[in-house]
Amino acid sequence: MQPKIRLENIAFGYDEQDLFSGLNLELFDGEVVCVLGANGCGKTTLLQCLNGSLKLTRGSVCLDGKLLSTFSVKEVARKMGFVFQEHNAPFPYSVLEVVRMGRAPHLGFFSTPSEEDNEIAEYALEMVGKLHLKDKPYTQISGGERQLVLIARTIAQEPEVILLDEPTSHLDFKNQTLVMRIITKLARRGFSIVMSSHWPDHALQYASKVVIMNNGEFSAVGPPGDVITEENLKLAYNMDVNILSVNDSKRKRTMKFCVPVD
Amino acid sequence: MKQMETTVTRIYDTLGVKKTRQRLFILVILLLLLVWVSFFLGRYSISPTTIVKAIASRFLPLDINWSPTVETVIFQIRLPRILLALIVGAGLSISGAGFQGVFQNPLVGPSILGVSSSAGFGAAFAILMFNSPFLIQVFALAFGILGVIIAYTISRVYQTAPILMLVLSGIVVSAFFSALISVTKFVADPYDKLPEITFWLMGSLGAASLEDLLMVFPPMLIGITGLLLVSWKINILSMGDKEARALGVNAEFIKIIVIACATMVTASAVCVSGIIGWVGLIIPHIGRMIVGPDHRILLPVSLLLGAIFLLLIDDLARTIAAAEIPLGILTALIGAPFFIYLIRRTKGGWK
Repeated sequence: MQPKIRLENIAFGYDEQDLFSGLNLELFDGEVVCVLGANGCGKTTLLQCLNGSLKLTRGSVCLDGKLLSTFSVKEVARKMGFVFQEHNAPFPYSVLEVVRMGRAPHLGFFSTPSEEDNEIAEYALEMVGKLHLKDKPYTQISGGERQLVLIARTIAQEPEVILLDEPTSHLDFKNQTLVMRIITKLARRGFSIVMSSHWPDHALQYASKVVIMNNGEFSAVGPPGDVITEENLKLAYNMDVNILSVNDSKRKRTMKFCVPVD
Repeated sequence: MKQMETTVTRIYDTLGVKKTRQRLFILVILLLLLVWVSFFLGRYSISPTTIVKAIASRFLPLDINWSPTVETVIFQIRLPRILLALIVGAGLSISGAGFQGVFQNPLVGPSILGVSSSAGFGAAFAILMFNSPFLIQVFALAFGILGVIIAYTISRVYQTAPILMLVLSGIVVSAFFSALISVTKFVADPYDKLPEITFWLMGSLGAASLEDLLMVFPPMLIGITGLLLVSWKINILSMGDKEARALGVNAEFIKIIVIACATMVTASAVCVSGIIGWVGLIIPHIGRMIVGPDHRILLPVSLLLGAIFLLLIDDLARTIAAAEIPLGILTALIGAPFFIYLIRRTKGGWK
């Protein structure tokens, strides 16, 4: 099977120095890849290289077997959505208008969304369970709702790959779970997902593949159970971590959690 | 037409279709009324019936029983002035709305990239060197555009012009050309050229003529049409360059279109009216209060509101005192307090 995205020996750096180099990765349909790593290790930069908004220093990114650099900005946007972490919303657009912006890559230069685009936007909002917010000003909803609305916008974009930069940061406990569940739901529908995260627990529970970035390289790549080990986490975060297995007898499952050790 | 219909029906979800239509309708009526009233205002009084007849006689075969002076006052003086006030106000306001969207900041105006001071310098220089109203306009237009090109060029790093760089280089260009204006004032003849420069800079439509109108109408029309065509893209751009790119929109390209159109419009406005501040900053705010932030509806509404506002200000300018009051003074005297009211109302933020 041809991978949706293939990274071949990619490197990126601002100025002379490489932030990371020699990265290889394959991403298939329906996969959830979770990128872990300490602050500043280059997770966000990696995501931006994946959608072509940052130019690689070396190596190549292939989308559907074709070099990403041969796609136009619009063609990339039809294949790949990006949910940003920092987000500036100066004007109180309605929630539906924000989601509708996701239709941009499917529209001609001077055209504006049609009734059909509206329906797609409303459907996307419904998928994240926030259709009731559609007429609310975007600036007046909570952080968790905003994150879901932005995910809805990316769904409305109808991409094949969704990149998310720390989608659960700033969210409360429930909203984190909600966002992670929607991400899993999207993966089951065939979207390929790459997300960065600060929570090894999220990677353990929801990811199909985990990548740990450390010192400008992938120090571990593989299924969550293999990658999230006490040694690997110690290497990534320079901190002792205990991984606990908890037997949830009610739901008949074993869950693993990461706990820092003093 | 069907496309239009869906645009109107979905234009601003929070306000609703019916209210949006009603408000647009009210604005159009207000505009027509104001135009109507503006024909009566002025030292030479003409009866309303004569005005109706005079205007109708252009389209219908009517007996002309009024003096040629009436004809001149209506068609050579008041009509061009009214029309210029309308398009200058409309142009400044729609440019302001476009800039606010692109700069992701509701607190910028059309002169953010230095178009006013550079156009002002062009005019001042032409007043100093030549004795031709036509050359004054040409220089104002050319320098206005040149100023913005300089500002954009300075700010361009890594093939894009980040907003912060644009704002900073706009400030630099403004400061530079303001200093050059001071230089021209400094060397100007204090009895003749200096007052002319000073009055020009304060803004006025007192010298409005049909020729002015014909000269600025084409660039205005092109610029305004351009802005209206990309209005939905401005929504997307106002979420930031990176997001726009991820949504498949070439942010830099749209930014250049908006800057080019808004500059063409503003520079044309400045070259016939002098520097009229505040209109382009405040009108989009009032527009947002009336129809919300969606640029697809905000731009046309700013256009209407700006036309109404500047015509009203110009009517005041030519009626409240024996001598004409420069427009720039009135817009600032009314605009500044209103702006303070706005800032206080939104508590210093706009989120």
